[in-house]
Amino acid sequence: MSLFARITGWVVLIFGLLYFFIPLAGLTEFSLKARRGVYSLDAYAKVINDPEFQATFSFSVMMALATIAIGVLLVVPTAFWVRLKMPWARPYVEFVTLLPLVIPAIVIVFGYIRLYNTSSFLPLTGSVFGTNLLLAFGYTTLALPYMYRAVDTGLRTIDVGTLTEAAQSLGAGWVTILGRVILPNVIPAVLSGAFLTFAIVIGEFTLAALLDRPAFGPYLQRIGANKPYEPFALSVIAFGITWACMGLIQLVTRFSKHTKARG
Amino acid sequence: MAFLDISHLEKSFGTNRVVKDFSLGIDKGEFISLLGPSGCGKTTVLRMVAGFEDPSLGAIRIGGVDMVGKRPNQRNIGMVFQAYALFPNLTVAENVGFGLKIKGVARAEREARVAEMLALIGLPDLGGRYPFQLSGGQQQRVALARALAPKPQVLLLDEPLSALDAKVRVSLRNEIRAIQRELGITTIFVTHDQEEALSISDRIVVMNGGIADQVGTPFEIYNRPTTRFVANFVGQLNIFRADVEVASEGRLRLGETSFFLDGPVSGSSVDLAARPEAISLGRSAGADVVLPAVIREVHFLGSVIRLTAEAGGSRVALDTFNRPDMPPPALGAAVELSLSSRDLIRLG
Repeated sequence: MSLFARITGWVVLIFGLLYFFIPLAGLTEFSLKARRGVYSLDAYAKVINDPEFQATFSFSVMMALATIAIGVLLVVPTAFWVRLKMPWARPYVEFVTLLPLVIPAIVIVFGYIRLYNTSSFLPLTGSVFGTNLLLAFGYTTLALPYMYRAVDTGLRTIDVGTLTEAAQSLGAGWVTILGRVILPNVIPAVLSGAFLTFAIVIGEFTLAALLDRPAFGPYLQRIGANKPYEPFALSVIAFGITWACMGLIQLVTRFSKHTKARG
Repeated sequence: MAFLDISHLEKSFGTNRVVKDFSLGIDKGEFISLLGPSGCGKTTVLRMVAGFEDPSLGAIRIGGVDMVGKRPNQRNIGMVFQAYALFPNLTVAENVGFGLKIKGVARAEREARVAEMLALIGLPDLGGRYPFQLSGGQQQRVALARALAPKPQVLLLDEPLSALDAKVRVSLRNEIRAIQRELGITTIFVTHDQEEALSISDRIVVMNGGIADQVGTPFEIYNRPTTRFVANFVGQLNIFRADVEVASEGRLRLGETSFFLDGPVSGSSVDLAARPEAISLGRSAGADVVLPAVIREVHFLGSVIRLTAEAGGSRVALDTFNRPDMPPPALGAAVELSLSSRDLIRLG
């Protein structure tokens, strides 16, 4: 590599890092200025001690867990079946799973409200549980592109067909095959999808706000409109959660290395 | 009726008929090899027996029970795959015990059976390892133990040695045969390697284009092939065209000698074949066909010397044993080759 190319590479890298980190540093610095003249964690303390923060954050965590559970139950068998029996359907399934990226969340939520309102055949919005369920389904839809791709990539690393046939010849039925052969071997991929789902759900605003659920996203928006320093502290916390998720994805991907067979 | 009875089996994928009217009876405890080139339908037959493919037509009965329509997990058939197919998340012992756990075998009994199986395959101390910690040969042994642990009524082996190196392949095939004999389990072994099939089978089914071309013992298949395909596919062959002298008597002329075949022949010439080891250098006792030839190639293979000679315009390969007191002929040397007409294979 020539000296010019090497220097250009470094310049581009440094520019990219500055582009990303300068606003973040500004945000973090401002979040520490709640006390006049000195840096302090006052904004963070206020946020964390706010009962509404605890309630909304807990709610979003619960919703994220529910979304992950629904996502795994929906995506793992689907991706497995497509890979095993319907490889011709793969482009269509991939297309469907990509739709949430091009259809705005607001369209999805208005569709839900129209279909499942209190005067519809299935009035899910008529109860708290029903609305929460609807929210979890909505989140599952939003996370579908990430969850499907993660699981599908995981399935690509194992010989799904032969492992399934080996398990069948040993007497296993479909539930056993999925639960004890396929799922344990794609756990790192499922966890990657799960952490991405978690990060999406924690910060999601549109679905939660329009379904009027006490989630973390709408809380962030409310605080941002009314308080000076706390929203920035919350933003830093939200970044921290997302990065922690990314770190965990890296960590679990390393677990998968033990499954590689040698000849 | 045979223990495993396959009758008039057919399989089509779209318009492509990959298995055509395939029938075979296998006795209990028999070791059968399905031998043939890629795409001949041997693996499809095996997969239909296992239940992974549904036959388009025909029946498969094991112990008199119809298997067609039964799911693979209801057939009690063990299978070993070319790609080992061990479950990467389970230890060796857990892999071997997988089928027993599915069957609901109690833990103590399961552990005893797993230990028995690991001892059988010669890996008694590797129960705690994961598949990725084993060599290819060890993985395939574990796959065999896993398939045998639930005491299947039939064992299917789908090219289990293809992914292994030559030395391991030979030792493992002998082990597979020894274990099969010890357990007396009915076995179907799919391979495209004729040496493998010849060395360990009770009977061989040579398949070509979706049909069973010939079924017989390794001795019969090698020495008395009934079709040109079998003769060419199994072992090396020298092909001669002999002129018919007296068709009704089966008298033919090859080179400078006349000889008789069993039974009458038709046409003006007959295609005959001889294995390299059936041809001798020089005139041997009992040989009634003599061919003048010129040595063109000499390959020293250790205990055997393979010679290629030109006789009557065709290339002839023959094997002679190496003898320290008798060096092989020089290139271009004029020699005589001889063989017994009884060793000639008439090609249909």
